[in-house]
Amino acid sequence: MQGSKSLVWVFRAYVLIFFIYLIAPLVAAGVFAFNDSMFPSLPWQGFTWDWFFSASDPKVGLLHDDRLLRGMGNSLYIGVIVAALSVAAGTCNAFLFERRQFPMKSLLYILMIIPLVIPGVIIGISILLLASMVANFLDREFGIFLLSLRPGIPLIVLGQFSFLTTITSLVIAARLQKFDIALEEAALNLGASRVRVLTTVTLPFLFPALFSAFVVAFLVSFENFNTTLMLVGSDAPLTITMYDRMVKVGSTPVLNAMSVVLMLGSGLLALASVLAQRPKKAEGNAAAAAMD
Amino acid sequence: MGRSADRLSLVLLFTPFALWIGLLIVLPQLGIGYVSLREKVGVNEFTFGFGNYAAFFEEPIYRNTLLRTAWISILVTALALIMGFPVAYYIAKIAKERSRAGLFLMCLIPLWVSDLVRAYGWILLLRETGVISTTLVSLGIISGPVEMLYNDVTVIIGLVYTVILFMIVPLVSTLQGMDDALLEAGYNLGGSRLTVFRRIIVPYAMPGIVAGCIITFMLTAGSYLTPILLGGKNSSWFTEQIYTQFITRYNWEMGSTFGVLLLIFTSLVVWLGLRLTGQSLATTVAKE
Amino acid sequence: MNDLSCERVTKKFGHFTAVSEVSLDVPSGAFFSILGPSGCGKTTLMRMIAGFETPSSGDIRIKGESVLGLPPNRRNVKMVFQHLALFPMMNVGENIAYGLRCRGDARSGIAEKVARVLDRVGLPGVEEKRIEQLSGGQKQRIAIARCMVLEPDVLLLDEPLGALDLKLREHMKIELKQLQHQFETTFLYITHDQSEALVMSDQVAVMNAGRFEQIGSPRELYDRPVSGFVAGFVGDANCIPGKIAEIRSGEARVELPQGGEVIGKLCDGSRTGDDVEVFLRPEALRLGAGGAGQSLEGTVDSLLFNGANSRILMRAGTGQLLEVAIPAEAPAIAEGDAATVNWRPDHALVFARRAG
Repeated sequence: MQGSKSLVWVFRAYVLIFFIYLIAPLVAAGVFAFNDSMFPSLPWQGFTWDWFFSASDPKVGLLHDDRLLRGMGNSLYIGVIVAALSVAAGTCNAFLFERRQFPMKSLLYILMIIPLVIPGVIIGISILLLASMVANFLDREFGIFLLSLRPGIPLIVLGQFSFLTTITSLVIAARLQKFDIALEEAALNLGASRVRVLTTVTLPFLFPALFSAFVVAFLVSFENFNTTLMLVGSDAPLTITMYDRMVKVGSTPVLNAMSVVLMLGSGLLALASVLAQRPKKAEGNAAAAAMD
Repeated sequence: MGRSADRLSLVLLFTPFALWIGLLIVLPQLGIGYVSLREKVGVNEFTFGFGNYAAFFEEPIYRNTLLRTAWISILVTALALIMGFPVAYYIAKIAKERSRAGLFLMCLIPLWVSDLVRAYGWILLLRETGVISTTLVSLGIISGPVEMLYNDVTVIIGLVYTVILFMIVPLVSTLQGMDDALLEAGYNLGGSRLTVFRRIIVPYAMPGIVAGCIITFMLTAGSYLTPILLGGKNSSWFTEQIYTQFITRYNWEMGSTFGVLLLIFTSLVVWLGLRLTGQSLATTVAKE
Repeated sequence: MNDLSCERVTKKFGHFTAVSEVSLDVPSGAFFSILGPSGCGKTTLMRMIAGFETPSSGDIRIKGESVLGLPPNRRNVKMVFQHLALFPMMNVGENIAYGLRCRGDARSGIAEKVARVLDRVGLPGVEEKRIEQLSGGQKQRIAIARCMVLEPDVLLLDEPLGALDLKLREHMKIELKQLQHQFETTFLYITHDQSEALVMSDQVAVMNAGRFEQIGSPRELYDRPVSGFVAGFVGDANCIPGKIAEIRSGEARVELPQGGEVIGKLCDGSRTGDDVEVFLRPEALRLGAGGAGQSLEGTVDSLLFNGANSRILMRAGTGQLLEVAIPAEAPAIAEGDAATVNWRPDHALVFARRAG
């Protein structure tokens, strides 16, 4: 292949430009958190930690910005609940579709994937609408007033759960598919009860996928905007709070400080989930080769 | 392990699935379908019919917003594919073994940064007092600051940025599965670079291409933050119309109609895409 | 006392009968093999004994007691799986201790038992190693140790050597046999490899299409097969199809399709005019002329050198390709040479032709 050398260089240059395009907005969002200025823009006024830690008025740092902190608290709370629920449901679904036979299985499998291709806004409005219809009905017929069916954290949890369960189901099912059923039979054969087989053999095998699914669900929930926007009540999670601030108050460097925290947090969690999924065996192979 | 225990465990596994799909997916979708057919004629008085749909088609602003959303989404999908394919190919096939994982990770990590932060970054770069404008002025390239936000090109650049990683990730996964010997055989049998690309690489990568396109398209058509933050408050984006009808105007009947239309439209495009390429939802999106 | 007996065990999956009316008795301490091609039902039979499948009819008894009502985790038969099924999330010691823990053994006794069984399989002190650090042969021994530590009534082995390379397999055959002697436990071994079955077993059952064709010692199967299937499956044999022209005092004169004839011992109820096959072991053939119906002439097609197992591939004048063992004191012979082989009629076994 003549000329492939120069082609590789063209490729490299392109990939480099692409990564600059990828990184530039993140750098912009991050850098101005450390600029000693009232606005997140040039010129550079010198380095400061004020936008994180300052408590006094012109520059109220992130740690003293109650609304952002409350938003973050709400997001964490929602994220953990949604992730736990969707991992639990996803595990059931994975066992259902990988291990069991039942009528209309392939049709129901398609139904399981469908939530991935419904726009988030529509998931949001449809759940809002159904919850309101049920709430109105209960109010009218029985005089029961259910606050949890009105916009707020319970509805956000339901809305995010409804599409995250598809993701967790697929992640866990992919791992379960790789499971050698003989391991369960071997454990049974060695005298373990069904419950013991599940807790000592199957679930430990699934653990990396469960962890990954939890992290992914948590991150997607934490950063979700579209579905949440339709279901939000008075306890707004972080993305909604930040959006409000951006649109109503305009950008201030405290938003950049928040962005830095988000980037670091999600980056580390994503890295952890990638590493958990990776098989760790290079070391073992080398040892086995040495012993043979 | 008797028959009955087997049955019982099947029922126990099936119940959460049925509750989830039934109560949180199927029933709510039927709900917006139902409300979209409803018209308010008085306090708690309704008639049923296609009036809301007729209203949509009679009002050019609504119609044009959907059309605009549609063509920008398709354009963004195409751009993401064209821009993303070389990067995916480089990561999967050209990069050295050692740098491959690092490059892939560099693609994955920004994927996990919130859309909001990424859109915010673009605002800081592109606005009138933003980094690019200020830099150009101080370098003397332009005489006064320019506003680069609130136009279609920016919206498209921002949307491509938001979704392109969802294109690259499935592409890298499929391309990594391709045996290099296939390419070598292709060249060995006298294929030019173009024929090898067209006859071997593209067909092989098809499931990845389709998966990437579906995800990218769905995310774009359903996006809200990027078009509004980068395109300004009146960016004529369809999800914004839904929000306006639902939350601002409290007109749930019209909002549901818009929701159903968006769902029908996106499903149609996805279905057409799957049809034309001979793939299925289970072989593409489910693999991810 | 039989450690394991099966009585007319049958297993049907829908209309397909995987195992049909199989009966066997394995005496205490025996090495018993079930030999058959893949798909013959041997794995299903073993899974029924372990309790993973329920027989459609028949009974399975361990130490005289029927186990049909017992779930797999309550049967004292342990199994070495085809791919061993060692738990990758546990180290060697935890793998071996798994069954002891399930049984509720005292914590203090477990470590000692694990150490003792590792010692017996010749791998002392590997408790802390991870499974993927072991070589193929070591994994094999750990899988056996994991079962043997529970002192089972019967150890089931489901083609455990299948995944090993040839050299290691040869070595493991001998090692398995020694382990079985050492533990004095009843082994039920299933395999499709006739040499594994012949080398290791006290008794072999040859299985085909869900039925046992013959049960006997390796020598009986080799020397006195009861059917064409056993004659063809156990050991190497030249198989010559033909038609019986005449039967006289237990010997059949078989006419070959392209002329010529072969005289052999009639081993089943075939009659004159029936289609039959004549089985001749390579080592039953000798170079040199013989009487009518006891020799074939031809040319040397090629020489197959394999040390002590070297063979001549001879093309008979009547078209058949024959493998002939080369005796140690064989005369020099080259490709293309004319050659004649002869045999004793009682070494040529005549069976009804197999279907297919």
